[in-house]
Amino acid sequence: MDMAFIIETIIKIVVILLVFSALAGLGTYFERKVLAFMQRRLGPMHVGPFGLLQVAADGIKLFTKEDIIPQNVVKPIFKIAPVITAATAFMAAAAIPFWPEFSAFGYKVHPIVADINVGILYVLGIMAVGLYGPLLGGMASANKFSLISAARSAAVFISYEVISGLALLAPLMMVGSLSLIDINNYQAGGIGNWIVWSQPVAFILFWIAAFAETGRTPFHLIANDHEIIDGFGTEYSGMRWGLFFIGEYANMFFISFVIAIIFLGGFGDGSIAGAFQLLLKVSFFFFFFLWTRAAWPDVRPDQLMWLCWKVLMPLAVVNIVITGLVMMF
Amino acid sequence: MFEAVAFYLFAALTIVMFTITVMTSQALYALTAMAAGMIFISAFFFILGADFLGAIQIIVYTGAVMALYAFGMMFFDTTRNVIEKRNNPRFVVILGGLAAVLVVLIVLAPIVTTDLNAHYPIDTSVGNSQAIGMVLFTKYLVPFEVAAVMLLVAMIAGIVLAGKKMDKSLTLMADEEIALMHALSHDTTEEKGGH
Repeated sequence: MDMAFIIETIIKIVVILLVFSALAGLGTYFERKVLAFMQRRLGPMHVGPFGLLQVAADGIKLFTKEDIIPQNVVKPIFKIAPVITAATAFMAAAAIPFWPEFSAFGYKVHPIVADINVGILYVLGIMAVGLYGPLLGGMASANKFSLISAARSAAVFISYEVISGLALLAPLMMVGSLSLIDINNYQAGGIGNWIVWSQPVAFILFWIAAFAETGRTPFHLIANDHEIIDGFGTEYSGMRWGLFFIGEYANMFFISFVIAIIFLGGFGDGSIAGAFQLLLKVSFFFFFFLWTRAAWPDVRPDQLMWLCWKVLMPLAVVNIVITGLVMMF
Repeated sequence: MFEAVAFYLFAALTIVMFTITVMTSQALYALTAMAAGMIFISAFFFILGADFLGAIQIIVYTGAVMALYAFGMMFFDTTRNVIEKRNNPRFVVILGGLAAVLVVLIVLAPIVTTDLNAHYPIDTSVGNSQAIGMVLFTKYLVPFEVAAVMLLVAMIAGIVLAGKKMDKSLTLMADEEIALMHALSHDTTEEKGGH
């Protein structure tokens, strides 16, 4: 291991952290604008042109707000829980290739922090650890509604991890590798080679599971809006609450990258056009998260569990069996 | 050099985390420290180049096993300290010490005899997920398949047990219907000779 490698890795980590923290902030702006457009409102308009500086205003507000720690909470756990959410979201990004290889100033850059050969397994595993943010936050809060919300979010996360894992198994069997770069190169032949055409069921299942794992609207039980409070985040204020938010939005971006790379060809053959196509696909999936929030109500907890265990999981298993049979004969 | 630094760092972190797990009387500390310790253990797999096992360690122990512990903790008030009943502390110390010595001996035993041979030496021509697949589907095929069948049985049994009254939704029923349902279920348990 030489010095150049270490410096390169640190630079990559810093760039990813900065870009996606900024994107998470901008994501809230996009979300408010898209929702406003769909609900025939204007959305944020007053701060800056088209309300663009609203992001900065919100950021300043969150940073300067008093960090309230309620009296009966378990202090260390209460303090660390939002950090877990944000940290796991960004740790998952380590194995995601954001851009094809390119050379800058005669130096070849791989825009992936760690090209481990079990990339997708690592990403799913770290996203599974993200469960501890809401869970510990809710349990340490000394608040009944937070605790109930933590239980709900644990149930949703654990159930839908099964779906996302089983759904991914079928495409992984076809590719024969767990590396996201290998999966991308498997589909490098163009739009006809995308895995979505041969694995449409797995694509839909994984997409649905992505909504549950980021806690977005049809499965927004994690912070149940009907209770008027913010679920596990009720007792939080200031930047600690903001960290939960950053984690959620970063997760939305990263899972969009994962869907686009696994099912929709990723960055294709690695040309600049392919790279911009990847960004377009990711933008579409991010937009779809917001679109669904405007168009759909939340489902009930029992409907959520019914959907997971009685519909999606059997479908995923059948999909794996059929894929296996097709590959064998 | 980096491997040594990483090893000692994660070894210290793991020991500290599991010490907290054992020593604390606060259930939430124990849970969090144990989950963190499980993640730090995965670092050793990554240092040894066993990426697959490292990722599996995170998914299985932190993502699944510890999450189930957390589910169990929902039934307690985790913001209070647990008061433990210690009848015979000397007995606990002796047993714990013996167990620790035994583990050290077990781990040290193969190192003393210098002729160590790997049953399945690392095949550098394939990745380590392929290598695990080869071992699992040749030498350990029967235990692997039996474990798979057992997990499938457990999963189906879990769904059957949990799904008994899934077609009825309490939120969609009137109060009288709920009262009626409770009365009925109470009757049936008595008919079966519960009391």
